Amino acid sequence: MRLRISNRRLARSAAGDVTILIFLGLGAAYMALPMFYAICQAFKPLNELFIFPPQFLPRHPTLDNFSDLFLLMAQSWVPVTRYLFNSLFIVAAGCAGNVVLGSLAAYALSKHEFKGKNLINNLILFSLMFAGSVLVIPRYLIISYLGWINTYAALVVPAWGTTLGVFLMRNFITHMVHDSLLEAARIDGASEWYIHWRIVMPIVKPAWLTLVILNFQQLWGDQGSLFIYSEELKPLPYALGQIIGGGVGRAGVAAAVSVILMAVPITVFVINQAKIVQTMGTSGITGE
Amino acid sequence: MKAFWRELKENRIPYLFVTPFLLVFAVFVVAPILIAVGLSFTYFNMIEPPRWVGWSNYLALFLEDDVFLIAVKNTLLFAAITGPLSYALCFVFAWLINELKPKIRAVLTLLFYAPSISANAFMIWTVLFSGDAYGYINGLLLDLGIIDKPVQWLVDPQWMMPIVIVVVLWMSLGVSFLTFIAGLQGIDNIYFEAGAIDGIRNRWQELWYITLPMMKNHLMFGAIISITNSFAAADQIQALTGNAPTDWATWTIVQHINDYGYVRYEMGYASAMAVLLFITMVLVQRLVQRLLRSIG
Repeated sequence: MRLRISNRRLARSAAGDVTILIFLGLGAAYMALPMFYAICQAFKPLNELFIFPPQFLPRHPTLDNFSDLFLLMAQSWVPVTRYLFNSLFIVAAGCAGNVVLGSLAAYALSKHEFKGKNLINNLILFSLMFAGSVLVIPRYLIISYLGWINTYAALVVPAWGTTLGVFLMRNFITHMVHDSLLEAARIDGASEWYIHWRIVMPIVKPAWLTLVILNFQQLWGDQGSLFIYSEELKPLPYALGQIIGGGVGRAGVAAAVSVILMAVPITVFVINQAKIVQTMGTSGITGE
Repeated sequence: MKAFWRELKENRIPYLFVTPFLLVFAVFVVAPILIAVGLSFTYFNMIEPPRWVGWSNYLALFLEDDVFLIAVKNTLLFAAITGPLSYALCFVFAWLINELKPKIRAVLTLLFYAPSISANAFMIWTVLFSGDAYGYINGLLLDLGIIDKPVQWLVDPQWMMPIVIVVVLWMSLGVSFLTFIAGLQGIDNIYFEAGAIDGIRNRWQELWYITLPMMKNHLMFGAIISITNSFAAADQIQALTGNAPTDWATWTIVQHINDYGYVRYEMGYASAMAVLLFITMVLVQRLVQRLLRSIG
């Protein structure tokens, strides 16, 4: 990864700098203020949520909303730990499967020659061109035909076929893993299986971490209400969504829920930010 | 046939490596497309077996379903606005952020990217644009004396579409944005130094003659992702303007599909819509790619 180290300050006009700063400032305000407002809401006591004129900042910040939330969750007949387990299991199984299947495919598609390779690569690229939302109905039928309704598999297994991650990994392996390294390992008698897990995977760690993150966001946000109807199999966002649905009196608690729901993916992203940016660097599509 | 087996045997390792992924891909991506096409020619309610009805679903869509036609208009309008705008925002912000010092760059990247990954954080916009005086925007405008009674932001068709667009753009700095950030960081500084020697005078020339050509591949990938997303927005719209928006002012095809699929169980009819949306998306992708290539 090449980083721009030298300080290039040639060809910069002061007027341009000011324009850019103003534009960047406006953009940052547009992005950040709603998020900040969402966080502020969570720390307002209920009476401050409904005062006129509405205030941006809490006047008497409080943790009541969070303690109310924990109280409510403690009362639910399915223990919160169960919802949490469901969520973690779905996210972990979905990510792990996608990394294992996706990385094997990506390695074969980038470093091996075989018939059908171009067709598969084109299919994967093609699949990025339409949204999954056009497939929901047949997917539902397939999942119910497989008898997976009301099981974790309904949410987990389709995630294994996510193509964006495979696409990114394939590009990353092509750019970052040198053929000479693979040749050397083959001469030493290493099997392709060994090469994949012990040589390729450590080099492309940023890529599969990115895959994990992208899947994580997808799976974490999924309430699963389409496929799962048993209360004890539902994920955490669903349980939190139910609490929000409790009406005006729950407005404060709902704000607390939003903060918790968004804190998780943001934290995961912050931890892996550098790795993800590195992966996206190789995401380009080569023109014909 | 013999050649086929020889090929399989010679390259069994790569075939073994791609097979598990391909299997899942085939079942959950390829098969659904084929099933949707097949179902679109049937009447299917999940209880009785599908009944062949020929083109009648497609005919009904265009001749009898006024709401569908509104949804088509909204979806196209919405995609035509949010697609290019979000693409431009992704690039412009990535480009501006890239000029900054690494620490600030990391913070701003997070700031701009956060809305797109924050689960249901977009719900805050329903509070901001709430139709009573407790909604933040209404409260602010009332307080400043700009309006004298609360505006029904999410019920008045005049405002619904613009607000939905503002919210969707807000959470659209996702994968494309990160791709551009990464692509910009990957351009070696020697190109800019060489450019300066060759007489590039300001940052606009630098952008046009060096940065954009160097990022061609990233720009192409970002375009695909932005277009796909611009046709897919539905959850946010549903959350903002509800199940039956005034005059269907923000109703999109994806919402119409979900309505017929999961509420009315008319799977054949819903599939016909999905097939049309699918074809539209792919055609637009091809068109834009051709356009981008001809510019580059």
